[in-house]
Amino acid sequence: MGNNSNFESRKPPVATTGILGWCRQHLFSNWINSFVTLLVIYFLYQLIPWFLDWSVFSADFWINYNGELIVDRTFCSRVADPEGDHGACWAIIIVRFYQFMYGFYPSEQVWRVNLTYILLVVALLPLLIEKIPGRKHLIKFTIAFPIIAFILLYGGFGFQIIPTNKWGGLLVTLVLGVFGIAIAFPLGILLALGRRSKLPVISMFCTLFIEFIRGVPLITLLFFGMVMLPLFLPEGLNLDGLVRVLVAVTLFQAAYMAEVIRGGLQAIPRGQYEAAQSVGLSYWQMNRKIILPQAIRISIPSIVNTSIGLFKDTTLVIIIGLLDLLGIGRGALADATWMGLSNEVYVFVALVFFIFTFSMSRYSLYLEKKLKTGINMGAD
Amino acid sequence: MQNNLFQDQKFRGILYQTLVVGFFALGLYFVINTTAYNLEKRNIATGFGFLNNPAGFDISFSPFLDFKSTDTHLKVYFVGVLNTLLVSFCGCIAATILGFIVGIIRLSSNWLLSRIAYIYVEFTRNTPLLLQIILWYAILIQLPRIKQAPQIWETFYISNRGLFGPKPIFLDGSNIVILSLVLAFVISFFVARWAKKRQDTTGQQFPTFTTNLSIIVFLPLVIFFIMGSPISLEYPILKGFNFKGGAVIRPEFIAMFLALSIYTAAFISETVRSGILSVTKGQREASGALGLKKNWIMRLIIIPQALRVIVPPLTSQYLNLTKNSSLGIAVGYADLVHGFGGISLNQTGQAIECMAITMATYLLISLTISFFMNIYNRSIQFKEK
Repeated sequence: MGNNSNFESRKPPVATTGILGWCRQHLFSNWINSFVTLLVIYFLYQLIPWFLDWSVFSADFWINYNGELIVDRTFCSRVADPEGDHGACWAIIIVRFYQFMYGFYPSEQVWRVNLTYILLVVALLPLLIEKIPGRKHLIKFTIAFPIIAFILLYGGFGFQIIPTNKWGGLLVTLVLGVFGIAIAFPLGILLALGRRSKLPVISMFCTLFIEFIRGVPLITLLFFGMVMLPLFLPEGLNLDGLVRVLVAVTLFQAAYMAEVIRGGLQAIPRGQYEAAQSVGLSYWQMNRKIILPQAIRISIPSIVNTSIGLFKDTTLVIIIGLLDLLGIGRGALADATWMGLSNEVYVFVALVFFIFTFSMSRYSLYLEKKLKTGINMGAD
Repeated sequence: MQNNLFQDQKFRGILYQTLVVGFFALGLYFVINTTAYNLEKRNIATGFGFLNNPAGFDISFSPFLDFKSTDTHLKVYFVGVLNTLLVSFCGCIAATILGFIVGIIRLSSNWLLSRIAYIYVEFTRNTPLLLQIILWYAILIQLPRIKQAPQIWETFYISNRGLFGPKPIFLDGSNIVILSLVLAFVISFFVARWAKKRQDTTGQQFPTFTTNLSIIVFLPLVIFFIMGSPISLEYPILKGFNFKGGAVIRPEFIAMFLALSIYTAAFISETVRSGILSVTKGQREASGALGLKKNWIMRLIIIPQALRVIVPPLTSQYLNLTKNSSLGIAVGYADLVHGFGGISLNQTGQAIECMAITMATYLLISLTISFFMNIYNRSIQFKEK
């Protein structure tokens, strides 16, 4: 037995539990950290109240500081009373809300757009929730959805025809995003299979196409669709402006989608191919039943990520004159009745995009986690 | 017999490929025919002769070439390429620095700091870049007018027309000073190589950083004074409604630069973060056990290994940034797409030629960046001996 009295009694370890312990560990672990924390708190103290004040407390919504209904920029508190301390004037969004959502779609027909939105949610359900009852039948609806949506939005079959130049705002953004992704997905699968094909000519064509599209900016492809496509087509065949843009956007997205799916295809072990071939499946049977279901499952998070990229890139159509959400905003700012409210408009548009893309990215993260626990891929 | 032929894989392969080539050739023939017909009907001459015609418009931002409206479309092209390269180059450097800083901050033990980095990344990644460019531009043109422009030491002026600052004037003998600066870099490169070789063979260390820094600072400085200060500065002076003299950075460029670098930095920070996380904990512990200091562990052990994971996605971010610089058209930044693919195309009507040249140039730039980044990537990858 040693003599314990030679040892000094040690202090108890610093608490790492409880609120104080957590703060000490995560905010004040040493003096540099403490200094940084205080600095950040100071900046937040400056920034957050200012922003809340600008966007909410001193802001106008539909009435100004005098209690008058705001109908144009001159009624905004900060225009009417430049001496006062006034914040944002959100009336521009409220007054033009219909345009931001639907563009110049006739208001008596707008139920068609709303119905399409509801059907879009229904079509998305079987893709988002794996264990939904009746998934097999819902998937059929999902595949048919683009055609239904086209008839509902554009017209025909007894519906009044609404030309696409009346479409605008969020409607155009969603049409470009949803149709672009929906058409690009099968195209991307074909391109990815083509690039990995053993037939040299097919693989070369697909590789050249993919690398060409990935090497040029989207805006040049949009210009291509706007100014060059009409030259390539025979006389009398005038493609609608929105369709031309959609062609460019889809080709662009297909090339990126193909690369993502190719990554998934490469991750499938060779044994799967060999096993499928040894039970006598043909090339298409093998891909449809064995390879693609696994490859797509692996690449879903990346597919969602490129889709987010496409959704953001749809804003580029304003450069060639289409009025998507950002385009409607720019249009409102160019109008003399609402000039000078650019901060409000851009913040609003950014917020709408953020809601869509952030939820998509959360969904892709959730899938990634589920895939990791679902398939045990080697170590970890 | 015929049935057997179709079941032969080789034959089917050849058949499919012949069909693909056939359809492609047919499509190409059809497109060329209709295009030729369409062009003839619209009285558009084909060919690249238009490149030598005078452009007839002005370009406000051309820092390298002097551009007048009587210059040719070919010069518009070169101005555009230089502007694209300028904003891409500056953007890539700033995005890399900011991205590395944010990526490291996201892994910081300070919860508040890493949260703020996270919020920054999510907000910039989840809103369209075009919107960010337009927003930055809208903010920049809300700055004070030239008359009320805030100044820093009567040298820099920040106004809604851009950032004004002094312009270096190169007098006789200035090229010798610049040459000495280049020479200083060359010398320091060889010093670094010699020092590394000596450390590898003998283990002796050499203060490379301080030596090279003093060479790079003092050699050109000494030459500068020997040559009798041949480089002077021209300050901007307010005359009437505008500044006379000095240099100016236009808000279009600043908006593009800020938006591109801040947007891309968010993506780079994520690759940096995952790169650092990919280095296993054992590496950190082992280097700690060897007695390396904390910042040495980061510099000598973690970063070199993380770079192997970081560089491939970094390359695609550089490519994205370069391609995204084409969005300058939204704020009137005279890059390749805006100047040559936009205004020149509209003035001459040579849609096919202008678009083909523009696309080919972007392909060339993309390939060049991939080429150099691949060389760099190979140099940092793990070499098995």
